[in-house]
Amino acid sequence: MSAVIDMFVRSVVEKHGGRRGALISILDEIQAREGYLPESVLRRVAELTGRGLVDIYGIATFYKAFRLTPRGKHLVSVCLGTACHVRGAPAVARALEDHLDIRGDGGTSPDGAFTLEPVRCVGACALGPILVVDGDYAANVDPAGAVNLLEARRQGEDSLPVAEDERVFPLEVSCPRCNHSLMDPDRLVDGHPSIRFTVSFGQEHGWVRLSSLYGSYTIESGGEIPADTVAHFFCPHCHGDLMGAWNCAECGAPMVPVLVRGGGMIQICSRRGCRSHLLDLEGDAEGPHQTPPNAR
Amino acid sequence: MITMQLNGLEVHAEEGSTLLEVAQFYGFPLPTLCHMEGLSSYGACRLCVVELGGGGSSELVSACTYPAVEGLVVRTASERVIRARRMVLELLLASCPQSKTIQDLAAAHDVRQQRFRQEHDSCILCGLCVRMCAEQMTGRAIGFRGRGEHRTIGTPYDQQAEECKLCGGCIYVCPACTLRCTYTDPDRVICGGCANLTPPCLGKPQFHDMMCFMDPCVACELG
Repeated sequence: MSAVIDMFVRSVVEKHGGRRGALISILDEIQAREGYLPESVLRRVAELTGRGLVDIYGIATFYKAFRLTPRGKHLVSVCLGTACHVRGAPAVARALEDHLDIRGDGGTSPDGAFTLEPVRCVGACALGPILVVDGDYAANVDPAGAVNLLEARRQGEDSLPVAEDERVFPLEVSCPRCNHSLMDPDRLVDGHPSIRFTVSFGQEHGWVRLSSLYGSYTIESGGEIPADTVAHFFCPHCHGDLMGAWNCAECGAPMVPVLVRGGGMIQICSRRGCRSHLLDLEGDAEGPHQTPPNAR
Repeated sequence: MITMQLNGLEVHAEEGSTLLEVAQFYGFPLPTLCHMEGLSSYGACRLCVVELGGGGSSELVSACTYPAVEGLVVRTASERVIRARRMVLELLLASCPQSKTIQDLAAAHDVRQQRFRQEHDSCILCGLCVRMCAEQMTGRAIGFRGRGEHRTIGTPYDQQAEECKLCGGCIYVCPACTLRCTYTDPDRVICGGCANLTPPCLGKPQFHDMMCFMDPCVACELG
């Protein structure tokens, strides 16, 4: 144990004095600083408080809030409460465990990036399954979406400012039928005006807003579109049917072509969760790109 | 002096005594498992359950932890008490059927079988050893760890505790491991190795490898 930590532990114990009920506060403060409770620190606390390691270890293992092992860089809590459970949370938990190579009831991924923690109810049952990543709540997650969310979080670690990464640039698109701009400057997604569509699937009708950043898959929708659903896309202005003649090379769903300002077209797959798209900029010597932009 | 009613009898008790002490003083037998003279009351096993009050507002409490209070009406062998006690015994049998102590208690209360899923735990979490270690031996080497179904008794980090004096007090009081010390099969009567604590314990870094805890005896390998 380093001298710095030793001094910190000493100051915390002194601050709380020898009060019998202070142990939880002491451990809490130490964990807030260290991220977990190392064995050496527990031994030191035992020495300083004179309470015996047995008592301190008993408290540290009794309360779920205390950890005896280091935590990953990001904390991912997946809710397994009743409401989330019936809405498919176990599948989300399994997908994350597989993806992060974590076995059993939570734990830290081998690369130390994520700690997965099953929790019972975070108090947002109507929005389940709920995933909490570093304190940010994600509602209605599905297994694939949860994995994407984590990967986005991982990328976020070393993300470049948008302006400096030339793979990420905003597109301005318009309806191929009425030529009205589909951009919605009143609602920003990823800090840029979003692309708005009217969609319907089954008996449901709603809207989706896509990030206009080429390379971003951020999507907002008025109602939840279940994964793998093929949504019908309409122009919000002329209400024209936007479903194109081409089918997605990856999943076979119809592609939705829209005009890119400055010339060219981008086609996006109409299936929720499929990231396939086709960017065809006129005069572009390389021809159509086959890389990521917008997903449904 | 406190005056209270015990099984319909007006009895007197000293201030600060427990219902268990009062009942035993007046000769009403109450079975106990996690209680021991000289150790603090813990109320874990619930065998000493008694009924307070009467009619529609009675409640069951553990006699070893409930203080004698003026005007209390206590019954130590009402139908409800007997039923609760037998249930406790069934549950104890379900978790630790090999314990001679529990078998004897069950037999004494005419519990011949139990209806739950049979387990073979080596510990019923009565906490006798923890209290023995802390209160009589001033050792504080073992304690409760975790909670709920993950609750166990042992040393911190499963390492041999510096505080352990190898006194054997924890084995002496353990109701679950008596099998090793009073084995019923004549051909495999205990070797006495349990009493001889020193040799197998030394030089073993992991505490749970030691014969003096609740694991099978490494000297005789009977239990």
